[in-house]
Amino acid sequence: MLKLVDVSFSADTERGKKDILKNIDLESGDGFTVVTGPNGGGKSSLAKVISGLYRPTSGRIFWKGQDVTDLNITERAKAGISYAFQQPVRFKGITVKDLIKVASGKELNVSEACEYLSAVGLCARDYIDREVNASLSGGELKRIEIATVLARNTDFAVFDEPEAGIDLWSFNSLIKVFEQMRERTHGAIMIISHQERILEIADRIVVISGGKVEKQGTKDEILPGLMYDRTCPRLDGINS
Amino acid sequence: MAEQDIKSIVNIDFDIKELAGVGRGLLDSIAGLTDVPSGAFNIRADGTSIGRASTKAVEIVTKKDKPGIDIYIAPGTTGETVYIPVILTKPGLQDLVYNDFYVGEAATVEIVAGCGIHNDSCTESRHDGIHAFHVGKNAHVKYIERHYGEGSGDGTNVMNPTTVVELGKNSYMEMETTQIKGVDSTERITRADLADGAQLVISEKIMTHGKQHATTDFKVELNGDGSSANVVSRSVARDDSRQRFNADLRGNNRCHGHSECDAIVMDNAVVSSLPQITANSVEAELIHEAAIGKIAGEQLEKLMTLGLTEREAEEKIIDGFLK
Repeated sequence: MLKLVDVSFSADTERGKKDILKNIDLESGDGFTVVTGPNGGGKSSLAKVISGLYRPTSGRIFWKGQDVTDLNITERAKAGISYAFQQPVRFKGITVKDLIKVASGKELNVSEACEYLSAVGLCARDYIDREVNASLSGGELKRIEIATVLARNTDFAVFDEPEAGIDLWSFNSLIKVFEQMRERTHGAIMIISHQERILEIADRIVVISGGKVEKQGTKDEILPGLMYDRTCPRLDGINS
Repeated sequence: MAEQDIKSIVNIDFDIKELAGVGRGLLDSIAGLTDVPSGAFNIRADGTSIGRASTKAVEIVTKKDKPGIDIYIAPGTTGETVYIPVILTKPGLQDLVYNDFYVGEAATVEIVAGCGIHNDSCTESRHDGIHAFHVGKNAHVKYIERHYGEGSGDGTNVMNPTTVVELGKNSYMEMETTQIKGVDSTERITRADLADGAQLVISEKIMTHGKQHATTDFKVELNGDGSSANVVSRSVARDDSRQRFNADLRGNNRCHGHSECDAIVMDNAVVSSLPQITANSVEAELIHEAAIGKIAGEQLEKLMTLGLTEREAEEKIIDGFLK
C-alpha cells in the first residue's frame, strides 16, 4: 500500500547539514506496523516524510501505486494519508467539534462527532464544545488528536508516539483504543512507539536506528530479539 | 413579548422590511435584526431615528441638548434586550450621537448596539458614537457592539466609538465589541470607573485589512474595594493595515486587574501593544499580557493534514481566533 524507495532526508542544523534518514526502503501493507528504535534515530522524521511535512532529499514515496513524493501535505491528506502529531497542536477558539468536522470533511451533527470522541474514551458531552487549547491535559489532547484521525476514516494513518507525554492511567486506556482499532481497521496503520504493549499488537515491526532500517519483519521475527537487546549489558556482566 | 408591555412606539409606521435592501443587510450584519425587535429599540439611519419602541421597563427618550437618546432601564428589570443599532447609507454623512444609559439598581439587561456603514462614494462616511453607562448597584449589563463597513467606492468608513462606564457597587458589566470588517479607520476609547465589588469584563475583537488602521485605548480605574476588571483584546491585522492597543489599568484599592492583547499579524501589517498597569495600593493585583505573532506553522500543518489547503487553514484559524 505505502512504499518508500531509497528515501533519504537531510536537515540543516547549527552544525551544518545532518543526514536524518538514510536510504530507507519500507513497505507497509494492511494491518499494524509498529516503527521502533532509539531516540534520535529518525522515526518522527519518517512519519513527517510520509505525511508530507518534510520533503525527502532523495528517493520516492508510493501510495497505492501512485508516486506521491511531490504532493504537498493537503494533497497527501486528500489522497488518504492521515497523520497524528506527537505533540498535538493547540488552537485558540477552535473547538473539538470544529476540528472533528474539518477532519471528517463534511457537516456533522453533534451525535456523529461524539462517536469519535467516545471511541477514544472521552465522555463526548464534556468535550465537544471545548476549545482545543492549553486548558486540556496532555492525555486529553492526545485522545482528541487520535479522534481527528479516526474521523478522517482513511486507508492509512501514521501515529507518532501516541504514548508520549501522557500519564500511566491515560496510557492504559489509550492501548485499549489501539486494540479496538486493530480489530476494526481494514486499512494500514503505522505507529511509532517504544511501548512493549504497542509492539505486542503489531503485525509487523520496523526498527529504525541511526536513520536506517536496522531490521524489519513480522512481530514474531523481530520482537523476541528486541526484548533481548533491551537487557542492560553491564548488568549481564555482573550476573555472569 | 406581550403587546401590553409596549409602553410607547414613537414611529408606529416603522417596518423593518420597508427598509431598502442595503439598510436591511446592514442591520442584519451588526445586530442580527431581520424583523422589528420585540422590546425596546431605537434604530437610527442616516442621522435620524427611523423607529423606536419603549417598554414598561425600558424608556427611550430623545435628548434635547444634543443629538442622541437617553435610555432608562428601571430598577429590578429582568429579561430585557434593548436594540440601538445605527446605519449609514448616504455617502459622506458625518454622524455624531450621544447615548446615555441609566441602568437602575439590580436590573439585568442586554444591550445590542452597533454601526454599519455602506459607502459607494469617494467621500468619507463617519459615525462617532459616544455612549455613557451609569450602572446602578447590583445591576448586570451585557453590552454587545458590532462595527461593520462595506461599499465599492474609495470613500473611507470611519467609526470612533467612545464608551464611558460608571459601575456602581457590586454591579457587573460585560462588553463584547467586534469590528467585523470594512472599517477603514477607528479610534476606540473606553473609560471605566469601578466602585466596591464592581466587575468589568471586556472582550474586544478586531480585524483590519487593506490600508485600515485601528487604535483602541482603555483606561480603567479600579477604585472600589474588591473591584475587578478583565480586558481582553484579540485581533488580526492583514495586508498593510496597522493596529495599536493601549490598556491602562489603575489599581487604587484592593482589586484585581488583568489586560491581555493577543494579535495575529499577517502580510505587511503592523501591530503595537502598549499595556500599562499602575498599583496605587499595595492590595492591588494587576497583570498584563501581550502576544503578537504570525499564525503558528504547526497550526497550519495540523489543519492541512486534515485536508484543508493552506489558505483554508488560515481562514479557519482566524475564524476560530475571532469567534
